[in-house]
Amino acid sequence: MSALRGLLRKEIVHIRRDPRTLTVLIALPVVQVVLFGYAIRTDVTNVRLAIVDPMPDHATLDLRNRFAAAGVFRIVAVVPRTENLEPLFQTGAAQQAVVFEPDFGDHLENTPSARLQIITDATDPNTGALLDAYASSVIDVWQRELASRDVVSALRRTPRTRVVIVPQTRMRFNPTRESSNLFVPGLMAFVLTIISSLMTAISLTREKETGTMESLLVSPLKPWQIIVGKVAPYLVIGFISVVTILLEALLLFRVPLRGNVLLLLAEGGLFILTSLSLGILVSARTSSQRVAMIGALVGTLLPNVLLSGFIFPVESMPAVLQAFAFVIPGRWFVEIARGIMLKGVGLDYLWQATLILGVTTLLLLAASTRSFKTRLE
Amino acid sequence: MSTSVAVDNLVKHFGTTKALDGVSFEVERGELFGLIGPDGAGKTTLLRILVTLLLPQSGHATVLGNDVVTDMWALRQRVGYMAGRFSLYPDLSVEENLQFFASVFGTTIEHEHDRIAPIYSQLEPFKGRRAAALSGGMKQKLALCCALVHRPEILFLDEPTTGVDAVSRREFWDLLDGLTREGLTTIVSTPYMDEATRCHRVALIQRGRLLAVDTPASIVAAFDRPLFGIKTPNRYDALRALREYERVHSIYPFGEQLHYTDKDLDREPRAIQREVAEFLRSRGIEQVSVDTIEPSIEDSFIARMGTPETMRGDAA
Amino acid sequence: MTPEPVSAAASAKTDAIEAKDLTRTFGGFTAVDHITFSVRVGEVFGFLGANGAGKTTAIRMLTGLLTPSGGSARVAGHDVYTESEAIKRNIGYMSQQFSLYEDLTARENIRLYGGIYDLSRAQIRERGDRMLEQLGLSAVGNRPVRDLPLGWRQKLAFSVALLHRPRVVFLDEPTSGVDPITRRQFWESIYETASSGTTVLVTTHYMDEAEYCDRISIMVAGKIAAMGTPADLKHDRGVASIDDLFVQLARPA
Repeated sequence: MSALRGLLRKEIVHIRRDPRTLTVLIALPVVQVVLFGYAIRTDVTNVRLAIVDPMPDHATLDLRNRFAAAGVFRIVAVVPRTENLEPLFQTGAAQQAVVFEPDFGDHLENTPSARLQIITDATDPNTGALLDAYASSVIDVWQRELASRDVVSALRRTPRTRVVIVPQTRMRFNPTRESSNLFVPGLMAFVLTIISSLMTAISLTREKETGTMESLLVSPLKPWQIIVGKVAPYLVIGFISVVTILLEALLLFRVPLRGNVLLLLAEGGLFILTSLSLGILVSARTSSQRVAMIGALVGTLLPNVLLSGFIFPVESMPAVLQAFAFVIPGRWFVEIARGIMLKGVGLDYLWQATLILGVTTLLLLAASTRSFKTRLE
Repeated sequence: MSTSVAVDNLVKHFGTTKALDGVSFEVERGELFGLIGPDGAGKTTLLRILVTLLLPQSGHATVLGNDVVTDMWALRQRVGYMAGRFSLYPDLSVEENLQFFASVFGTTIEHEHDRIAPIYSQLEPFKGRRAAALSGGMKQKLALCCALVHRPEILFLDEPTTGVDAVSRREFWDLLDGLTREGLTTIVSTPYMDEATRCHRVALIQRGRLLAVDTPASIVAAFDRPLFGIKTPNRYDALRALREYERVHSIYPFGEQLHYTDKDLDREPRAIQREVAEFLRSRGIEQVSVDTIEPSIEDSFIARMGTPETMRGDAA
Repeated sequence: MTPEPVSAAASAKTDAIEAKDLTRTFGGFTAVDHITFSVRVGEVFGFLGANGAGKTTAIRMLTGLLTPSGGSARVAGHDVYTESEAIKRNIGYMSQQFSLYEDLTARENIRLYGGIYDLSRAQIRERGDRMLEQLGLSAVGNRPVRDLPLGWRQKLAFSVALLHRPRVVFLDEPTSGVDPITRRQFWESIYETASSGTTVLVTTHYMDEAEYCDRISIMVAGKIAAMGTPADLKHDRGVASIDDLFVQLARPA
């Protein structure tokens, strides 16, 4: 029995004295709680709402105020024509729009029905359904209040027809609300991260672990040659993966590709370069494959899965995490890929995201090249 | 210039550990130079500095006239290096490994065939086999090949025979002899003292310091007093008894014998032999024979390492 | 280690280790091929051979870690097939790759191994203190083992392997890489241990270390190619050193 106790004690001592294990054991639960508690929110706040009001009157103004006061919405624009909506949706400035027909107030008072339309960006089908429900409920409540006011006027003996508002919702960008449409860009980021960051880190540290890195360093090979030589195959494999995923998405899952394929591939290339640099950076700090793998997982894969908008919308995250997501390449790539595939937009709308991704790539490339040492220390 | 390697007062720490504590020596062109010392003596650190893999904290070294710190890239073209313990790609075949190292230096196996032929001929029957599946001796021969394939002007080998069976060890040194005969300067590190005799000159190194730099014969000749070998079936009892002998300078086991040196430098060897045998008999240890013997490199190493009397643990 | 008489349940007639036609195959490959040998109580026996000759497999069978495919063997009076747990309790083991936990202190290692071998706390404390004192390590007993120089670590590991007073101790390449003086100090400890009745079986590929042993055996390709005292073997084969003998055996003619 004392043998068992001795063994237990030994393990505890090992854990206490190994800073890495300690960090993982303590930090991991904390990180998990924070992330899962805050980032992963499936309810929605701060919905960006656009209003199309060709002829504002007391009725439309009243309903608009209701939306503004609901707390869930934030009115980002009021425009006179439906045509003005297009750019707002494409840039993501608006997630939802309420479109009043002309003479809304007049129709409400004097005809059996007055029409308005709810248009929702359903790129994310989960969010889309929720947005829909929120908007509908606001309108519902308003209708009932109208009806109750009617009772009052009915008591006043003023004859009035009850109004039925028929909202017409249209799920933009994802009319069939396929979740695969949503996931595919994120999936691309995920696979590319595995290939470009994880595999690169492992490959470089394997060289160190087997001892062959010493032989390479002593040779006249320049650092960039060693890096390119080890990393280029993964670049090629990464591209092949992107193409494969795209083909599968298009042919098997019928995910739309509304934008420019070449642009998508080019942005994919940019993202691959960024991931490669991250892989090199991770491997520069360690000679152990195991550590490199964990480093790559925690430093690249986890953020790209949790904070890129792959599964959980970035807009729903608290400001702190949104700011953090700013520097995660996957977040920009997912946005770019979704834009190209689902919204069909081009550089004119994506130039900011591309610029951020490009700058990140350059910085990481520079850092990783510098981190690669030509000596053993 | 006939000096291939010039080392001047190299110092290297790793944190608080001093790996090299002011090491200086020279190697002539065409020499087979041995760095002899146990684990932790500083051999690997010294070699790594000379092949430009590490930087010293102070001191200088030049190899083939190039400074190891400032002329790094020029040197890397000219030196051949075999790192300690299997620096090959285990999942590549013999031929693939060789091809890779040849290509890194801008050449091919065919081009350098005559250079590596004597060694490669032993490997050629296995050229399709994965490096991981080779025996220890074969792996080292392959590593040697890879280090030579670009025709270096000087060769640095870090413990090439450690962990290799006795036969392969001898064969390896035969190969080195062949290379030296062709004029290649070679620096080899090894923990095996007996391999010192196969070198032209050796440096004995322990704890980052050089104990001696000379030909093996000279080092042995410098042994300062007569050495005696004591044979007896009761080795252990004899050892303990002699520790208490008043005239003992050093006493330690050595193979089947005990090696003994006396405090008195001038005494006649035969007298010493007699007295030691008598002393042992007085302690009840019979069947003793005491003979004068030639010291080996290992005896010299032990003598120079520290005070042989206090061989009990404390003075580390 | 101060010699203390080992409680010998085995009489002087019974050998500490007996092996007869001991065999072990792995699939189609025979690693150990019908080896027969015995080691007397208190003997220092050298178990030599190149890497891959079958030494490690043979040792694993004798220490109860591997079941033989054929033949028989007894260690410390226990059968290797049916009493492997009893064997493990009665032997000590020190291997080259591993013996002590580097991030634990010397004292912690002693406590751990003492516990594993069911020594009482008093025994552990008493023997541990004595051990550290004899090795001259009392001052550094509370430092992590990795801070100690290699030679001291080896000596400590050896002592810890003997903590529970085993009848037989197996040492696997115990002196690789250490300096000549430390190696000799280590061998003196081995002699001391043997003189108190503990049987020592050492494996090594340093052929010159073979000469420190009372008797040796050399394994080649799974079989024992030579066995006897170093002096007899050299004399019979007309060679000057065990190294030469090995070369002769490994490359016949």
